[in-house]
Amino acid sequence: MSDLPLIQADRAVPPPATTTSTGGRRRRLRLLSRTDRVVITLMVLVPLLLVTGFVWLPAAATVLLSGTNWDGIGPLNEIEFVGARNYSDVVNIYPPFVPAIQHNLLWLATLFVVATPFGMFLAVLLDKELRGSRFYQTALYLPVVLSLALIGFVWQLLYSRDQGLINAVFGSSIDWYGDSNVNIWAVMVASGWRHVGYIMLLYLAGLKGVDPSLREAAAVDGASEGRTFFRVVFPVLRPINIIVLVVTVIESLRAFDLVWVVNKGRNGLELISALVTQNVVGEASRIGFGSALATIMLVVSLVFITIYLATVMRENRE
Amino acid sequence: MSRPQSQAEYLARLVPPSVAGINRRSLLAGAAGTGALLGTGLLAGCGDDSGSGGSSKDVSLGSNQSDPKPKEVLVKVTDGFKASSGVQVAVNTVDHNTFQENINNYLQGKPDDVFTWFAGYRMRFFAQKGLASDISDVWGKLSGYSDAFKKASTGDDGKQYFVPGTYYPWAVFYRKSVWQQHGYQVPTTLDQFTALGAQMKRDGLTPIAFADKDGWPAMGTFDILNLRINGYQFHIDLMAGKEAWTSDKVKKVFDTWAGLLPLHQPDSLGRTWQEAAQSLQQKKSGMYLLGLFVGQQFSNDEQDDLDFFTFPEIDPAIGAKALDAPIDGYMMARKPKNEENARKLLEYFGGKAAADINLKNDPAVLVANSGADVGGYTALQKKAAELVGSATEIAQFLDRDTRPDFASTVMIPAIQQFIKNPKDIDGLTSSIENQKKSIFTD
Repeated sequence: MSDLPLIQADRAVPPPATTTSTGGRRRRLRLLSRTDRVVITLMVLVPLLLVTGFVWLPAAATVLLSGTNWDGIGPLNEIEFVGARNYSDVVNIYPPFVPAIQHNLLWLATLFVVATPFGMFLAVLLDKELRGSRFYQTALYLPVVLSLALIGFVWQLLYSRDQGLINAVFGSSIDWYGDSNVNIWAVMVASGWRHVGYIMLLYLAGLKGVDPSLREAAAVDGASEGRTFFRVVFPVLRPINIIVLVVTVIESLRAFDLVWVVNKGRNGLELISALVTQNVVGEASRIGFGSALATIMLVVSLVFITIYLATVMRENRE
Repeated sequence: MSRPQSQAEYLARLVPPSVAGINRRSLLAGAAGTGALLGTGLLAGCGDDSGSGGSSKDVSLGSNQSDPKPKEVLVKVTDGFKASSGVQVAVNTVDHNTFQENINNYLQGKPDDVFTWFAGYRMRFFAQKGLASDISDVWGKLSGYSDAFKKASTGDDGKQYFVPGTYYPWAVFYRKSVWQQHGYQVPTTLDQFTALGAQMKRDGLTPIAFADKDGWPAMGTFDILNLRINGYQFHIDLMAGKEAWTSDKVKKVFDTWAGLLPLHQPDSLGRTWQEAAQSLQQKKSGMYLLGLFVGQQFSNDEQDDLDFFTFPEIDPAIGAKALDAPIDGYMMARKPKNEENARKLLEYFGGKAAADINLKNDPAVLVANSGADVGGYTALQKKAAELVGSATEIAQFLDRDTRPDFASTVMIPAIQQFIKNPKDIDGLTSSIENQKKSIFTD
């Protein structure tokens, strides 16, 4: 739900701007007292420092470190630069890398093609004020609220080969988490289960905000339900659609938690984020190599971020 | 406490074994992923506080014994030290996994005077990097340790850097009642072992329980085959990156393993060791190669039914006397604030009194000091102690005998790949060798 205020904030920006401009130049000068200026400076400076310190510096350090073979031991001046060796190692001799890229893309595709549309579909259904819609809403949103550890437990109970519910009910002996051809789909179901609830709530909130008169007008014009949705409601919901799209991309890029809980991103569940963690965090401390992986992930993310920003900026200009 | 033991104990309290797939290790590793830096500051900060007194009447101890039982035992041991020497020990307990994940930063920051660690490559690595202090003089005052323990406590320069505390051996475990029922005999050669497995199959049992979801249990199988086929020295050299993984010796290990795989429980990559141990407990499997902690999956009245044998001989020239028995113990940081007291504390940790307290209060471990009063051991513990006592060499387990980055980022995926596809040994070993060359650069 944390994403909702974002949308409202966007809409809330214009009104204050108009009041200040109508206030005239004199009033504006008076408004900016010394305290105000200090406050404004602080308000700009503090986030700037935070963003620089916690986002840009680490990102730059990661890129720098990716050219070294640092193992986390010893002073910084002993770090040796090895050029692009880490990158060539990643691509040429690191077996989990290619599967990881494939899985990340598969993840994105599945969320985008299956989970997100399904979540939207559920939202449209719930928007019809069915009986007990509150109940469905809660039930579908529950996975998003549950803690990650709990989700791991729940799905392990279902998927365990020897003691799991699925194999017990169907009498099968599929190794859901261990078979590397199957486990990515098993985890994807668990991940989709969470994602659907999230998208559903986002979209439901958007649907509630659609002016009913639009629908009435469409109905008066004789449009069918489906036509009304695709021709009227869906275009009106463009801001929400973009949010949903961005959430989907972000979720698939940062996909990590479930995979890590299942088997730490190994054996068929490789993801870039899991590989970065395996290498950098903990006793392994393969910091140079892990940073190279992280940089690759950064580049992939930048592609999506650029597309998103370009879209949003074009929108603002129009 | 050793890693798998604490894991199991933690799980046993929290969740039914069927959901044991998620464990503290994975949770914390995830959490540490985001909080590694924070944790570092915390560790360093704590070390600073506890050591800042600097008086001659205290000494600080960084402990990874965060589980209630071992933590309580450690308090009793330090109380014993206070009673005998009058020196107060400031114990700075950090969660087991956090401690291990942050060890690099911890040792480079302001570590406690004495800290808990494991024997093995990492211990020697810290010694070589000057992150731990030479304690050969303490060893001069210790008694009751076999040569194998002393060897395991010695750094590359021939000096001692480590005081052993507790350990557990890896062996092939089985249920006496099942074996009596079918009339099985303990195998002493690989052929007998294979024949026994085939017989178990005919009797409707899974011969060898097997699990490798978490990546490390199968390392035990690789280790023991390597120790039996190529011997201890080759194991150490291979782990140190001095031998080629593409050599015929390594290929023979994988070949032998590939021959044994049909006797192993199938679909092991989705199974936790707890689930595999339960198949042994439920008499569905005939035997299981694991550490002594396998007993945790057995109820109290079943403990007497549990027995083990050491993995049989493969090459008569090598014998069957070496085994994996990870040792937990203590080391001294570089530049301790109270060096004199730190040495005294280490001497006490290595002595009979500390071993007796450990033994009396924690039945889940074996104590390294043979001078300890072992009357309190269970039959299984006694047998395990004899097995390790008669061992010519003690290996520490793959992930403790080699670089941690090599073990976790190369060996775990490689062994899982082997289990998935045991046929492509050439491709597998050359992939390992390529990655090894890039990791072992110095």
